[in-house]
Amino acid sequence: MSEPVNGARHSNASPILEVRDLVVHHGQLRALSGISLQVFPGEVYAIIGANGAGKSTLLRTIAGLHHPTGGSIVYDGKDVTGLRPEKRATAGIGMVPEGRRLFPSLTLEENLKVGATFARKGPWTFDRVYEMFPWMKDRREQRTAQMSGGEQQSVAIGRALVANPRVLMLDELSLGLAPVIVQRIYGMLPQILESGVTVLLVEQDVSQALRVATHLQCLLEGHTTLEGRPADVTAEQVEAAYFGMAGSAEAERALHASPDEGSES
Amino acid sequence: MAWVNAIIQGILTGGLYALFACGLSLMFGVMKVVNLAYGDLAVVAGYIGVGVIAATHMPFLWAIPIVVVIMAALGYVLQRTLLQAALRRGELITLIVTFGLSIVIENGLLQFFSANGKGLGVNQSFVTASFSIGSQITIAWLDVIIFALAVVVLLGLQYYLSSTKYGRLIRAVADDREAAQLSGADYRHVFGIAAAIAFGTVALAGMAYGTTTVLYPTTGTDTILLIAFATVVIGGLGSLWGTLLGGIVLGVAQQVGAQINISYELLAGYLIFLVVLIVRPQGLTARRIQS
Amino acid sequence: MSAVTDATVRSGGDVRVTRSRRNVAWTGIGALVVVAIFAYLPYVVYAGTTGILVQAFIVLTLASMWNLLAGYAGLVSVGQQAFLGLGAYFVLIPNMHGVSAFAALPIAAIGAGIVAIPLWWLVSRLRTGYFAIATWVLATAIMLLIERFQSIGGGTGMSLSGLDWANKALLSAATYWAGLAVTVLAIGTVYFLLRGRLGLVLTAIRDDETAARSSGARVGLARMLVFVVAAIGCGAAGGVLAIQQLQVVPGTSGGVFSVQWTAYMAFATIIGGLGTIEGPIVGTIVYMVLKQTLQSYNAWYLIILGLVAIAITLFARRGLWGLLDEKFNIKLFPVGYYLWAPGESRRRRRNGTASPETPAKASVTS
Repeated sequence: MSEPVNGARHSNASPILEVRDLVVHHGQLRALSGISLQVFPGEVYAIIGANGAGKSTLLRTIAGLHHPTGGSIVYDGKDVTGLRPEKRATAGIGMVPEGRRLFPSLTLEENLKVGATFARKGPWTFDRVYEMFPWMKDRREQRTAQMSGGEQQSVAIGRALVANPRVLMLDELSLGLAPVIVQRIYGMLPQILESGVTVLLVEQDVSQALRVATHLQCLLEGHTTLEGRPADVTAEQVEAAYFGMAGSAEAERALHASPDEGSES
Repeated sequence: MAWVNAIIQGILTGGLYALFACGLSLMFGVMKVVNLAYGDLAVVAGYIGVGVIAATHMPFLWAIPIVVVIMAALGYVLQRTLLQAALRRGELITLIVTFGLSIVIENGLLQFFSANGKGLGVNQSFVTASFSIGSQITIAWLDVIIFALAVVVLLGLQYYLSSTKYGRLIRAVADDREAAQLSGADYRHVFGIAAAIAFGTVALAGMAYGTTTVLYPTTGTDTILLIAFATVVIGGLGSLWGTLLGGIVLGVAQQVGAQINISYELLAGYLIFLVVLIVRPQGLTARRIQS
Repeated sequence: MSAVTDATVRSGGDVRVTRSRRNVAWTGIGALVVVAIFAYLPYVVYAGTTGILVQAFIVLTLASMWNLLAGYAGLVSVGQQAFLGLGAYFVLIPNMHGVSAFAALPIAAIGAGIVAIPLWWLVSRLRTGYFAIATWVLATAIMLLIERFQSIGGGTGMSLSGLDWANKALLSAATYWAGLAVTVLAIGTVYFLLRGRLGLVLTAIRDDETAARSSGARVGLARMLVFVVAAIGCGAAGGVLAIQQLQVVPGTSGGVFSVQWTAYMAFATIIGGLGTIEGPIVGTIVYMVLKQTLQSYNAWYLIILGLVAIAITLFARRGLWGLLDEKFNIKLFPVGYYLWAPGESRRRRRNGTASPETPAKASVTS
């Protein structure tokens, strides 16, 4: 279990990213029904849930690629609900989208260069990215379409990092990747956190999420079924929240989990 | 020997065709817009050129960059307003809107300038000057110059797209608009830049074309639109040098057709276009398959 | 959930399906009355007026066909003038061999339809933008091919024979009735096609093509049928045009292969309402009014027509008829359906929750 980098959540610091009662529709289908969350600086905030729970929709809405029908998004104290996605990016909300979404006709370095076009000032330079992923140095001129899934994922992360975001959102990093690769990629998180970036991630692999998260939220069919620190929730509670065994004692307890409750049931 | 002349002529004409096509390739490849008014834009450029020269009496060569700049600005504005509004509503709507635009432009030109054509008033001797290779091959200087111009423009475009910041952004936005947004790019602005470049090249092509023939209000759809599309389709979308190849193939096909029978010139071009469209719509230099 | 669903679930389906108009019979009689009035007109108005009306009939037929293509099947064709021209020539050619021009009309229509079949094979796999360009190229290629044949007039055209009747009024009346017949048949065909299975298939395709295919709808067949019917309609209109002009002239400006015809039919359809059967009627009226008003300003009415069409495409996609329809919920040509649960009557519906209408109502989705 990882520890939060600082005790921001329990001091009087304000959240860097806040979502309030977000309601999002896909056409007539309601994908999110009043989701709220708070991400504090330095955290690794993980959102878990089954397919269709609304996790990626949540991230995409925060990034600005999707318009909410209700609720608001507050970044660094400012309401950004109406802000265009590119403006949110330049303000410091970075995202590694689901499925990597690299630019297929661009080389590795060109992908990074695009990411750096509107970069903010910060510690992440090309050199630092190449330090984190040494294999990239020799393959800069290669088209990313021919790279493996894990390599593409790294390039996507690098592309987001060179923009020097304050909040980095990672959407389903593990999708389509072998567990070994996934572990290696998640192993980069500490370096990212060190540079002052806060991480908000969506992950289908619950055990992976539990391993890296400092705070956890579980979604089911657009509702929050669980929220708390990994240390404070049991496996049964997570399972209940994930699969939605409504009315179960575990689910009830999970919904109201707080740091004060004991972790053993 | 007439055949050799014809083929050389076709190759050189291919340069002009490529010049017409590269802007269309850009708009089609980046914004996925089939702009049915594209040919008319070249004619508009020619008319603007005539107007500028008439108003300021400046030499033809000086008028060219001015027209290019005017058209580029026009392109940016048109893209950000009309075309963006149409694109948001879908391919069908975009087709209809650009078709409407084409009709409006053509009839606007007809109404305000009459059906008579406009020539670009270039010194006739400049147009017909030629040189010979051996005793039987004659090549007009103008054709060579236009071909060279086309190559220069293509080289410039290639450099721009591969090595500059906005060139990269244009390619990125063309690949994946949302991912580009996530990297901070306002795709509407990028589209505008692409359109400006496209309009600029089409202005150049229109001015060049206007030195060889008279421009009529309907030349845009009669001749130019199909030339541009045929060149793009034959050569393959997504490849600048493909458009040169496509232009050459089209030019040669037309000249060969003309050799068989003078009235086959246009028909030969259309037939080859149709064949490619049906058999290999991704063109000769297929990189990305357009399904 | 509404009472309708509960009832359906419990009783296990005895659901009635009716048309969206209360009494289609009334509309049918109304239509017959309108047609009868129009048929009587030549007896009461001058030849000049019937001449104008023939023009209107031609545009109305063309517009109905273009609407079928673009508004219902999603096929934007800017080459329909090919079939218009072919129809004209398929009247000319029999006429040159002694057949009366009027008798040649059905030949023209069917001939155009037959030509459409191999043409469809050529363009059917092309996506929207490429499809449009291909139709344009085809139309121009066909024109160039036809112009090569001096025997049918080459590039300058040829007159029809057998139309120099002594009684000019009778000639105009005959032309008028031919035009009226073609228009009525055209609109009637469109209506009955869309009322039936084809209409459902087309709507299904428009909503979700993959789903439509997997539920058995013959997508390709449906589109081909639409393409051929449109060709037949345009061919018939072309035949009427030839008769009215007493000659057939090819050529890109003003001739039968002019792209301007596509402009007229597209703009009339769009202004009136793309994707509604009534739309082309409204649009043709607007087109004719504009044409009469701006008669002497040749290019102006195309400019204005074009600008209005662009504006409507962007801001009022269902056109003028769509605006009227939304306000007053009129349907002259009902092609939609209502679902009634067992035992539900119109009165109960009015008092309770409204059940969802499942119209085959067309709207252009993008």
